[in-house]
Amino acid sequence: MHVHTVLSPCGGLDMSPSKIIDHAVREKIDILAITDHNSTKHCGLAQELGKRKGITVLAGAELNTMEEIHCLAIFENIDKAGIFQQFIDRNLNVVNNKPDLFGYQVIVDEDEQILAEEDRLLVASLKVSVHETEKMVHDLGGIFIPAHINRPYNSIYSQLGFLPSELKADALEISRNANYEMFIREHPELSGYKLITNSDAHHGEQIGRNTTDYYLKQPEFEEIAMALKDINGRKVKTI
Amino acid sequence: MTIKDIINELRLNVLTGTDQLDNQVKGAYVSDLLSDVMGKAGNGELWITLHTHPNIVAVAALKELAAILIVNGGIPDNETINVAAKENIPILGTTERAFPICGRLYKIMEANAMVQG
Repeated sequence: MHVHTVLSPCGGLDMSPSKIIDHAVREKIDILAITDHNSTKHCGLAQELGKRKGITVLAGAELNTMEEIHCLAIFENIDKAGIFQQFIDRNLNVVNNKPDLFGYQVIVDEDEQILAEEDRLLVASLKVSVHETEKMVHDLGGIFIPAHINRPYNSIYSQLGFLPSELKADALEISRNANYEMFIREHPELSGYKLITNSDAHHGEQIGRNTTDYYLKQPEFEEIAMALKDINGRKVKTI
Repeated sequence: MTIKDIINELRLNVLTGTDQLDNQVKGAYVSDLLSDVMGKAGNGELWITLHTHPNIVAVAALKELAAILIVNGGIPDNETINVAAKENIPILGTTERAFPICGRLYKIMEANAMVQG
């Protein structure tokens, strides 16, 4: 549910959509989400390539809200992700990327040929709050997951100090770092949430390094959404 | 006013960039939101923050800041130090909190006619 491509400035040059799908085949992954920083523009190609190999690719993004909280947004289809892309384009703070400082941000085709370079620095923040972002994701029927909540930067706990009870998170992503178990123990309020873990892969070999098991009828968006709500026997094996 | 002058006045630690301390400081900016610094900080300014993550160096290099001052005794990651050395961004440190440091720095800059308004 959290894979970067070469479009993210910190994403490795080996993270073309075609390489990601190759890795996913090797790791026996049925379903994954492409979540570049503040962009959905590589999702379409990844989805198409995934389909050929029998891998479901969900269209998403890792957003950076005005509080500099990273959140995953995952959509039912590419059209909804496209509408969300317009929301990003309206709200991204425009800073020109300097590739030697932040990394290259390129869109490629299936043969890894560069089609376009994104000039706006995608790790800049949006002008909208975490609450407004959550509302926009849910208005489009998407799944909203605050990312790596136990990380000391760019997480909801590092930026706000707490988890606002009115924020409608469909799940919370925990980084499998050295202290994650202690973090969960120290935050009993987390017991009310679905805690999941993801690879947050920025390089090929990181794909599948941390996964969450979902019990689904088919690897589809709707099924994941049901699993996160414990509906119709669908389940998530939470941390 | 040079970085060295400020280090001496505020008794700061130098975490990296010892060869850059004669560089001029034009002012200062205080913020813990990286995007805010990317939008608002001016070139040649000293950036006061509690962040220690390597991204602070990329932001400082992008904005051509004079130096980064980490407050609250924050210790930067090794990677932060390495990237800062490569990008020629000095990193200073203090165990003090941001408020007293800013107050003293403001007075010094005011006395040197570096504060406007």
